[in-house]
Amino acid sequence: MTSITVSDLTNLTVAQIRDGHRAGDFSAVDVAEAFVAAVDAADALNAFIVKTPEHALAAAKQADADRAAGSLKPLSGVPIGMKDLFATKGVQTTAASHMLEGFVPQYESSVSQRLWDAGAGMLGKLNLDQFAMGSSNETSYFGNVISPWKRKGGDNAALAPGGSSGGSSSAIAARLCPAATGTDTGGSIRQPAAFTGISGIKPTYGRCSRWGIVAFASSLDQAGPMARDVRDCAIMLEAMSGFDPKDATSLDLPVPQWEAGLNADMRGKRVGVPREYRVDGIDADIARVWDEGIRWMKDAGAEIVDISLPHTKYALPTYYIIAPAEASSNLARYDGVRYGLRDLPEGSGLQDMYAATRAAGFGPEVKRRIMIGTYVLSAGFYDAYYTQAQKVRTLIARDFEAAWAHCDVILTPTAPSAAFALGDKSADPLAMYLNDVFAVPASLAGLPAMSVPGGLDRDGLPLGLQIIGKAFDEQGVLNAGLAIEQRSGFAARPDKWW
Amino acid sequence: MMTDYRIKGETGEWEVVIGLEVHAQVTSNAKLFSGAATAFGAEPNTQVSLVDAAMPGMLPVPNRECIRQAVRTGMAIEAQINRWSRFDRKNYFYADLPQGYQISQLYHPLVGEGALTIEADDKAGIAADKVIGIERIHVEQDAGKLMHDQHPTMSYVDLNRSGVALMEIVSRPDMRSPAEAGAYLRKLRAILRYVGSCDGNMEEGSMRADVNVSVRKPGDEFGTRTETKNVNSVRFVMQAIEYEARRQVEVLESGGAIVQETRLFNPDSGTTRTMRSKEDAHDYRYFPDPDLLPLELDDAFLEECRASLPELPDAKRARYEGLGISAYNAAVLTAEVESARWFDALLDAGVEAKAAANWVTSELFGALNRMGRDITDSPVSPAQAAELLALIADGTISGSIAKQVFEKMLESGDGAAAIVEREGLKQESDTGAIEAAVDAVLAANADKVAEYRGGKEALFGFFVGQTMKAMAGKGNPKLVNEVLRARLG
Repeated sequence: MTSITVSDLTNLTVAQIRDGHRAGDFSAVDVAEAFVAAVDAADALNAFIVKTPEHALAAAKQADADRAAGSLKPLSGVPIGMKDLFATKGVQTTAASHMLEGFVPQYESSVSQRLWDAGAGMLGKLNLDQFAMGSSNETSYFGNVISPWKRKGGDNAALAPGGSSGGSSSAIAARLCPAATGTDTGGSIRQPAAFTGISGIKPTYGRCSRWGIVAFASSLDQAGPMARDVRDCAIMLEAMSGFDPKDATSLDLPVPQWEAGLNADMRGKRVGVPREYRVDGIDADIARVWDEGIRWMKDAGAEIVDISLPHTKYALPTYYIIAPAEASSNLARYDGVRYGLRDLPEGSGLQDMYAATRAAGFGPEVKRRIMIGTYVLSAGFYDAYYTQAQKVRTLIARDFEAAWAHCDVILTPTAPSAAFALGDKSADPLAMYLNDVFAVPASLAGLPAMSVPGGLDRDGLPLGLQIIGKAFDEQGVLNAGLAIEQRSGFAARPDKWW
Repeated sequence: MMTDYRIKGETGEWEVVIGLEVHAQVTSNAKLFSGAATAFGAEPNTQVSLVDAAMPGMLPVPNRECIRQAVRTGMAIEAQINRWSRFDRKNYFYADLPQGYQISQLYHPLVGEGALTIEADDKAGIAADKVIGIERIHVEQDAGKLMHDQHPTMSYVDLNRSGVALMEIVSRPDMRSPAEAGAYLRKLRAILRYVGSCDGNMEEGSMRADVNVSVRKPGDEFGTRTETKNVNSVRFVMQAIEYEARRQVEVLESGGAIVQETRLFNPDSGTTRTMRSKEDAHDYRYFPDPDLLPLELDDAFLEECRASLPELPDAKRARYEGLGISAYNAAVLTAEVESARWFDALLDAGVEAKAAANWVTSELFGALNRMGRDITDSPVSPAQAAELLALIADGTISGSIAKQVFEKMLESGDGAAAIVEREGLKQESDTGAIEAAVDAVLAANADKVAEYRGGKEALFGFFVGQTMKAMAGKGNPKLVNEVLRARLG
């Protein structure tokens, strides 16, 4: 027992912590302290907006007491990171915005409450793109998160951890927490997971309650876990999921035992490979890792099926109409009247207060999307944009429905490239949006989708493979992910430089 | 001869065209999308949930009871109930609107086409019963309230009403006079109160109307309309129409044009003024609320809604008339649901309908009026009234004695029979006693008897009065009459 060092503890997965704690190999307090120390030593990554060591330690003490009392819970002794989009009672919740700087909710989000009820502790609130809008974490009011990864060969450029759940991905990849929550509206779990060599799953829309999550685009927003491997994702997702009467879009279905159901044997399963994802000019490393993924699926016993998702090319424009439209309305509540930032210029009236507050409280990307959304919903443009986008969204969902006649899961790259350097794309919103090209179709269709590490590119940076499943078939997605994980032999991790 | 309501202008007669959008607060313990309470008059910001205050991450969940009440209301106006409807967001910024949008139903309302009938009313100039079309009923959230008188430079916000469920009941432009609009509002209010879906209390703001008015030369196309917002009494609605119609006629006749605009009513002056014109109108950017799934109603839900509907005003009035009650009394008794309930309880006690209706509309309502009381706190219960009416019906007391007994009931709260017994008010039906009294009266008034017999028949009433007086009012009037006729031959 004394042979386990602090760094050993931060290298453990969720399952290893849970099982080791249960077996008495170490105390939960030891684990919490090890991660608290790792978090404290990693300020250079800027992964956390707020650190909450007291929360993690209190949960750890409870876990140790529960072990003594023989009443362990599923996540007893596991400290995690909480994306700062989840309202946490008594702990500042900002959505990485100036607008909500200093906002301390009097309520706990349903998903975080489930995690605390399962025994987990909170190491802190993780940085993200402002209001979850971004693919690189560069839109955070609290400064961008830095990926722990560096390109090999001496290039010391600071890399994007992906977004919007970039604090989560960076912290997990840097061993600051074994798992974290993420949210995924158009790839915000999967793309950062791919960029940092970890796993993450966006479940079926409605699996995780949205109650208490700062809304970006309601019809797309979905919480999910990020962790280092597939098993940990399954464990976390089990704790996070479940019907919530406070969310009218919550799925009233029992939560399957995904961890117990893990099975990497793909015999009898058909894996669809959509030809539309093999775009012209596809990055050679992306194509190579995808091909390897196909080979691993075959190796696991699956039959590979060439499929077509004909409306794929419309997914990104559709997403960038629907998501901003909903966001423009969802973010109207940040008006300076009741909470958060209020900028009331001397002698000004209500309209001036709105303008000043929102000008000061929102960053450029948030403003861009509010303006796009306002535009597409405005009189005279609504039918041409919003109505049309909803129709295309239906067609995209039908593409998948048709594909399920031929396959059980779909395998694609997660993102069109490896992590890029901070600043590389921030001046070109369209280039940034293109990062989500493979992620948004599953979001628009509400389907479960996960990213698992597939390999490294020529610069030694991780690349992710995406598995998309049928609605409610998170198990099928996790199992395919596990089959890849067992064959990819992915063990790369960033060298500690922070 | 009844004539149509017309405004006489310089250039001839104008017809006024009226449509009403009534906002009725749904009777429910909780708000439309949150569990917060809805009581009127509570301290500011004491009935506000996290959802109502639009805290980050809060989500709306439809309140089944609010939907049920709106569906029942739709059924009461025999409207089409849409099994599939959807909520939309109406986006605009205002300090009383925490979400920055109102959840409403633009594209797919809960209730479709229906109608109600207003009754002919000579006094009001309504020549015949008239069907007023109702285009739709949708449910939506109310906003909060700004208070401008609490601070010298700032306005305060009270969110107690924020999120309260409203039904917006949109009529067709089928009304042609202020009186018709008044009758429509009263009828709608009665239906809502019968159904129990809205208390109809206009003073407390639980029912208010947006009044759409236009004028035209009879037979012409509809003119451009104005909308006068948030008028909160039947009288004010009628005043607003009258003022607005005259104003429009004056504008048109002086060569101007009506601007489609939103106006405000000033109850002190009875006038309307511009609030904002169409050019300044908000672009509300309606779109389906992505936090809510479409509302789908199943058979069981609809059946329960229908089964729970009470007898409605028109049906009740017809039933009363069928019991021999006059049309006028039937209308009076059914106008308010409380009166109708009270009268139904009286009927259930086994009284004769027509006599009971006469007694309630004259004696009871008169007494309540004098006392400034409502039927809901009538000092006399239906059972007590039934006891009194039974004593009249079986001849125990006369109608005039009944008035005395009723007064004593109101004073003491005692039962009619007990009062009659105690006060010795029982009617005298013994022929011998009546004959003795009559004989005494005739003997004492021999001169009048001679005049009567000489042809002055009007004196008969004098003899009746004298006899009743001699009997302290207790003589059976029918027998007194009979004996007098026999004796006077």
